[in-house]
Amino acid sequence: MIQGIFPVVKAGTQNDNCFEITFKAPDMAKEAKVGQFVHILCDGKTLRRPISICRIDKAEGTLRIVFEKRGEGTAWLSKCKEGDELDILGPLGNGFPLCDTNKNVLVVGGGIGVPPLLGIADFAADGCDAVLGFRDRDHLCLIDDFKSVAGNVFVMTDDGSFGEKGFVTERVRALVSEKAYDAVYACGPSPMLKAVSALAAEKGIDCYISLEERMGCGIGACLVCACKIKTADGEKYLHVCKDGPVFKASEVIW
Amino acid sequence: MADMKVKIAGVEFSNPIITASGTYGFGKEYSNFFSLSELGGISCKGITLEERQGNPPPRIAETPSGILNSVGLQNPGVDYFIEHDLPWLKTQDTVIIANIAGRTMEDYCTVAKKLDATNVDMIELNISCPNVKAGGVAFGVTPQGVEEITTAVRAATKKPLIVKLTPNTADISQTAKAAENAGADAVSLINTLTGMKIDINTRRPVLRNNTGGLSGAAVLPVAVRMVWQAANAVKIPVIGMGGICRWQDAVELMLAGACALQIGTANFTDAYTPIKVRDGLEKYLDDNGYASVGDIVGKVEVWE
Repeated sequence: MIQGIFPVVKAGTQNDNCFEITFKAPDMAKEAKVGQFVHILCDGKTLRRPISICRIDKAEGTLRIVFEKRGEGTAWLSKCKEGDELDILGPLGNGFPLCDTNKNVLVVGGGIGVPPLLGIADFAADGCDAVLGFRDRDHLCLIDDFKSVAGNVFVMTDDGSFGEKGFVTERVRALVSEKAYDAVYACGPSPMLKAVSALAAEKGIDCYISLEERMGCGIGACLVCACKIKTADGEKYLHVCKDGPVFKASEVIW
Repeated sequence: MADMKVKIAGVEFSNPIITASGTYGFGKEYSNFFSLSELGGISCKGITLEERQGNPPPRIAETPSGILNSVGLQNPGVDYFIEHDLPWLKTQDTVIIANIAGRTMEDYCTVAKKLDATNVDMIELNISCPNVKAGGVAFGVTPQGVEEITTAVRAATKKPLIVKLTPNTADISQTAKAAENAGADAVSLINTLTGMKIDINTRRPVLRNNTGGLSGAAVLPVAVRMVWQAANAVKIPVIGMGGICRWQDAVELMLAGACALQIGTANFTDAYTPIKVRDGLEKYLDDNGYASVGDIVGKVEVWE
């Protein structure tokens, strides 16, 4: 866990509302695991913005983030250019527990929940199938990145303007019936996570989901990012920043 | 080099910078950034007699130059704190302050008695948590309430006792005096100001608790005014807090009458804030020829 100032080595756009930044932070990259996040200070804001790590390049010492412009903080961040410097705290949280590379895994992403899953596709490569859902063709992100590493990539849009029309859950239902997956990893809106968790549970597949909650310190001290989890001691409010963001789907209380 | 040491109720602090309750957990997370011995002290997360799960999320909202929170005193309970957190904290070579809250006077006294039997350095009485009925705010808003709860807890412990005052009151000088009269060794202020933020698209309050406590830079001028009023009303030490982000803010609060300071929300923005504030304060003292940090306490020259 490091807090420091790091240079942006690449900045770009995925779509009108979705941006990406690669920054150089060798020590952070060395420590980082798939599914962790970084906490970025945005000009003039009291709270840092938590953004999941999309790709870790340990050799280059860089981390890539892909994020949506949601408010003033991320609007400022979206204007960052190569050569700018960012105040970043990370890597934070627990990553996805990864299976052996030769196993079959399914990643399911919805909208801005897609980026943190790319690291799993990098890891599992051909053993990974990906179902990626977006509102429409104007909101796509990372399709080519997933196609270059994952085995099969299924793209769904709500309005059918790109890929298949429909929700990711329809495709996931078909896939888990056809193929014996060893694990499912998902990130996206709560209704999607809930539905995917239920489908995985029906088939007895291990499922890990990455949650989101309004966050403060990012390191487990302030206790604001609460999520209700089944523990050995009963239902407890654990914290997305320190105990998550990745949780075992069967332990999450919706 | 100015002398940064501060003494409150016989407890010596290496410097006046204390991290504020509710923002710093039990210190462990922040020890990743620097040795906690760099701090004057740590005021721990508020603890209650029994474990509490806190309020449902969302518990935080960003507001202009600040935040609203409604954590609702999530904590593992005093017994767990004494067994699991306090022993480690006591090895950190900094002053450890236990912040306590409760629903009833009896709860407060039981928690205070349990802590009395430990090596914790001080107790801070939280009678100003705005987010839960169990947070004791009912005691904190009137001088009578403050006097009643302080008297009871004073009788339950010999530990140095700090009473943390709420700004959500008619006259801070009266609640400060009430704490002093009832035997408090110091007062700390301000706790958060009750606030609300509404999402204009959903027409729902952002916080699941509807309202929460406002902190951060936005509250600094309120803190400066209230510390000044309290310091003029009592003889016991005043620990100032509310919106400190920079060393300049710390100097302001000390000139207003604070002899030590607590830093909370700014830790979220920059984990190194306490160190930066401490060093900036020391440089200010040196640059202006003060021999000791105590030399600026209450030295505001108000207009006649």
